[in-house]
Amino acid sequence: MNTEEQPISEEPSQVDEAPSPDGPNAAPLIEVNNLSIDFDGNCILSGITRSITRGQTVAVIGESGCGKTVFMKTLVALLTPTTGTVLFDGVNLNRLTPAQLAHTRRRFGFVFQNAALFDSMNIFDNVAFPIRQNEPTTGEDEVRQRVRKHLVEVGLPEDVAGKFPAEISGGMQKRVGLARALVLQPELIVYDEPTTGLDPIMSDVINELILHTRRLYPVTSVVVTHDMHTARKVADRVMMFYPRRMLDKGQSQILFDGPPSQLEHAEDRRVRQFVRGEAGDRLREMSRAMA
Amino acid sequence: MSGDSSSIDRLSSFGSRLQSRLPHPLHAWIMQWGTAVVDGISSVGDLAYFTWQMLSWMFTRLPRRGTMMINFYQVGVLSLPVVALTGTFIGMVLAVQSYYQFQAIGLESRLGVVINTSLVRELGPVLAATMLAGRVGGAMAAVLGTMRVTEQIDALTTMGADPIHYLVVPRFLACLLLIPALTVMADFMGIVGGYFYSVIILGIDRAAYLHHSREGVVGFDLFSGIFKSFFFGGIIAIISCYRGFNCQPGAEGVGKAATAAFVYSFVLILAIDLFLNIVLDSIYFMIYPEGTMLF
Repeated sequence: MNTEEQPISEEPSQVDEAPSPDGPNAAPLIEVNNLSIDFDGNCILSGITRSITRGQTVAVIGESGCGKTVFMKTLVALLTPTTGTVLFDGVNLNRLTPAQLAHTRRRFGFVFQNAALFDSMNIFDNVAFPIRQNEPTTGEDEVRQRVRKHLVEVGLPEDVAGKFPAEISGGMQKRVGLARALVLQPELIVYDEPTTGLDPIMSDVINELILHTRRLYPVTSVVVTHDMHTARKVADRVMMFYPRRMLDKGQSQILFDGPPSQLEHAEDRRVRQFVRGEAGDRLREMSRAMA
Repeated sequence: MSGDSSSIDRLSSFGSRLQSRLPHPLHAWIMQWGTAVVDGISSVGDLAYFTWQMLSWMFTRLPRRGTMMINFYQVGVLSLPVVALTGTFIGMVLAVQSYYQFQAIGLESRLGVVINTSLVRELGPVLAATMLAGRVGGAMAAVLGTMRVTEQIDALTTMGADPIHYLVVPRFLACLLLIPALTVMADFMGIVGGYFYSVIILGIDRAAYLHHSREGVVGFDLFSGIFKSFFFGGIIAIISCYRGFNCQPGAEGVGKAATAAFVYSFVLILAIDLFLNIVLDSIYFMIYPEGTMLF
């Protein structure tokens, strides 16, 4: 990280103040206001102001180290902003007590990059965990029924329930992670790199599952990905982040915010280069940032 | 938390300014010590906050019985064989080490006093705690560290479970409540081992050995050993869980967390043992002014 970081811009830039593509009347589920995050003096995100409306699927793209995962973890209050606020359904997550936050988190589903299944539990217990944790009065018969339903929804055979995470493939683990995220029927699902490390077929299976989930449930989704195929296929809005350390003071960190069809025609050259997978003059920019 | 980090940022920026002004060796020395002091204070504060969170959960809501029982089984039942085995050997080693000195002054029949007192007051609790730190503490740090690295702890949080409540409280209770049982087991097996070697192998008179052994060990000795073990169990759980929760990324991070958990636990066990021995000895001599009599 560059220690000679530019001071954090407290004022949202012009691009960050852009209205939601869904128009001013759409009800936002998430509102991020002037969000900034520092780690050990390094600015990762600064001056981010955005809102995500109910039912929207937003893909967050950008190169490694640009703050996508930090942004996503802040949305579900796994990280606390250095400055700024994150409102979920009008409630400031950072003002909640731990008990209130735990209660609110029942409305979130989170699919981790490597699934983050509990090694010590079998697949059934992994998927049942959120129900047992958050609905302790639910009977075991109902738990069994719901777990089976969600395992079937993500296309997993019934015999997988008794296996442990280490005994199944990466693609299956991701599907179990999705079943676990869906089991409480959340309002917001956050996917962290859902197709990373998977073969093209399994990647597309995951993309189809994201679309299928959206058709089945009235869910808002945020998909953090490097995969342009995923972004184009599942999202109706794409936000492209750029590393703070490579920008001048006051420049917006979000280079693009719009429908995926507009990505190829973005005004910013860096967006077009990212979409096409072209290095362009990135090496020179990296050297400048390291200097 | 952001206040803490901004203070550390200010210190770092002060360090950078200092770097441009001071001659290199002095600057390096000050920076090293300054960083060590700031890190040390920050870690102690973190550890205290971690302990406070755990204790506040413990007194408000205990984890489910099933979660507790798994940890109790792993800490208590699975540690019994190794604690019993090492206890037996320590008792026999004490007999081997002490026999020739006692024989030289014709007091070999009083060997049991030394073996049993050493075991019950000192070696039993410390041995059980050391085995627990090695077998259970290292494993706790490694498991929790792996869970941190693979985002399983984050996953718990996103599902509305508090990781400290779910992962730390059961481990703390298991260590705290079961280490006295392990200590008693180490004491018992050590006494059996000492008796076996002294009477069966070395041929010391059985009746005299047992008679003097009974006279040498009082209830306070057993109490002090068990009393100390509660502190040892608590510190092993807190240090090991804290190291696991604050594990650095990667396999090396997990390995370092497991090693640090054992090393810090062991050093703290000995430090607490010294402090508690001073306190307990002063109480002991108030109750038994004549002390333990060999003759």
